[in-house]
Amino acid sequence: MGLVEAILLTIFTAATPLLIAALGELVTERSGVLNLGVEGMMIMGAVSGFAFAIYTGNAYIGALAAIIVGMLFSLLFAFLTISLVTNQVATGLALTILGLGLSGLWGEGFVGIPGVKLEPIIVPFLSDIPFFGKLFFQQDIIFYFSIILLIGVGWFLFKSRIGLILRAVGDSHASAHALGLSVVKTRYLAVMFGGACSGLAGAHLSLVYTTQWIENMTAGRGWIALALVVFASWRPNRVLLGAYLFGTVGIAQLHIQALGVNIPTQLLTALPYIATIVVLVIISRNRRLTMMNTPASLGKGFVPDR
Amino acid sequence: MQPDFSIRLEKRGSSSSFYEFFSPVLALLLMLIVGGLLFALMGHNPFKALYIYFVEPLIDVWSLHELAIKAAPLILIATGLCICFRSGNWNIGAEGQFVMGGITGAAVPIFFPDFTGFWVLPSMLVCGIAGGMAWASIPAFLKNKFGTNEILTSLMLVYVAGLFLDWLARGPFRNPEGNNFPGSISFTEWQVLPEVLASGRMHYGMVFAVIGVLLVWFLLAKTMKGFEISVIGQAPRAGRFAGFSTKQTTLFVFLMSGAFAGLAGISEVSGAIQQLRTTISPGYGFTAIIVAFLGRLNPLGIFAAGIVLALSYLGGEAAQISLNVTDKIANVFQGLLMFFVLACDTLIHHRIRFGHSWGFAKKGITHGAG
Repeated sequence: MGLVEAILLTIFTAATPLLIAALGELVTERSGVLNLGVEGMMIMGAVSGFAFAIYTGNAYIGALAAIIVGMLFSLLFAFLTISLVTNQVATGLALTILGLGLSGLWGEGFVGIPGVKLEPIIVPFLSDIPFFGKLFFQQDIIFYFSIILLIGVGWFLFKSRIGLILRAVGDSHASAHALGLSVVKTRYLAVMFGGACSGLAGAHLSLVYTTQWIENMTAGRGWIALALVVFASWRPNRVLLGAYLFGTVGIAQLHIQALGVNIPTQLLTALPYIATIVVLVIISRNRRLTMMNTPASLGKGFVPDR
Repeated sequence: MQPDFSIRLEKRGSSSSFYEFFSPVLALLLMLIVGGLLFALMGHNPFKALYIYFVEPLIDVWSLHELAIKAAPLILIATGLCICFRSGNWNIGAEGQFVMGGITGAAVPIFFPDFTGFWVLPSMLVCGIAGGMAWASIPAFLKNKFGTNEILTSLMLVYVAGLFLDWLARGPFRNPEGNNFPGSISFTEWQVLPEVLASGRMHYGMVFAVIGVLLVWFLLAKTMKGFEISVIGQAPRAGRFAGFSTKQTTLFVFLMSGAFAGLAGISEVSGAIQQLRTTISPGYGFTAIIVAFLGRLNPLGIFAAGIVLALSYLGGEAAQISLNVTDKIANVFQGLLMFFVLACDTLIHHRIRFGHSWGFAKKGITHGAG
């Protein structure tokens, strides 16, 4: 395996969880709900994925459990912000704090234990293609899924009827309600979809990326996923670009260190966070682009006036 | 999925003064119940565990001092944050501003270890405040200039500040005589925030917290600036018609909350830790957000809330020793409390009506509590 292949592979691995989590949050935000709990849902996905993979010895069951746990965890957020119309920013933060705490509690016994790896699926014939075969057809199932998800979300939002309803709810909940669309139901489902995606993204960290449990192992990736949605100005295809860009920045530190360049490791570790700020500034400078795509009801609670 | 939709909110004519007082109490009770269940799930006697967690730390004079040491930074940071949150600005990065305050304040004794005199401490405090303000001014500037989302930028700066501290404590600021252990020189007499009482370790940070609470209460309740902040937070359009500048307010509230977080940071470093280490906060900056909300964004309420949340840290340490559970349990209690506070606050402005079928409505509630 050549060096370029190896580097690209690590970028793919770093970008996949960002892509999945950001796509989930994108759908949630398109319905008008801002869920700042991505970090918390991801870490819950990471710990539950790890736990169930160990309990059953099967990493696929782990990934499935992570999806379910992420979904259940997001239901907590949905109940508060949608049914009780609490402040979405504060509730999302609470979800993150609770997630970090619960995962630490659950994962206490897993520290230092080797996990179960989600083995790559080697696609027959296609994987034999030089260079591309190794990159695209010898990956784990979550990678393949992330690509399907990307296409699926794009189709769903802009080509399907339910996607149209979802966007209508996100742009004007009052009008959508007046048209007889169920704002509450749509938002519940959108939040749960986001939760499922975040859970799976977390599982990728503990089943593919490292195959061990480390406290706070998401290390801000949930927040970067949130920034990616803004970066992508709520367009799925741009999320792909952003996720791979950030995956590259995140991986760069490892390779620069390997080269023996004399830069403090802390500075290299800080790069993704600094890059996030820089990218957000560049994006927000172009106000028209942002204004045009931001769901108009984003972050606003909805109490039907009946 | 059908069940959850059958809960309906009905706006009250006026906000319920009963729930206004009772909702934090209700939230605390709910947290205790769920916390007890959690302990039971982990195989502990819930009553004994809750006693160890929430009562035992309050028995000794010694631990009351520890409580005050932990409450001081929480109250200080949350007091600054409530100004910010009231104006509708989401400064989530107080943790980073706290760290920066600690760094810039500690730079004084680290660069000039031989300075003695009464003015050393004040200059440390001023530098700490300036450091917190400088770090907080970044998201405010970016928001005003480019419209960049302040939630994400302030949060990203938390990670950057933490890594910067780590680098300093292992590199340039490391004690040259420390046998290569990370961490700065230990502060000496003139560089340490003194203890207030002879009976324990509580330092002047708590005094700052009390003064800060009173000042901000006055600012918010009695001055034009405080009124401006509330108007811009609740009705930005009305604020603009009244001629209030949104951008000026944004900068002001960020600088204020940065100053408070910075002061808390240097107080912690100088009073409690007495040197600069690779980490100086167990997440005070994030917990303070809960403190601000539990205190209903009111400085006086925040004072009480700060003590409650400080107890969650102290209890977490007690539980770690006596029950052998990870101190992450503190985060669980904090997260639960925040959820319940937010949920119970809905009762102030709304009446909750359950839908046609009780079975469905009940199921909806279980989701919220679980």
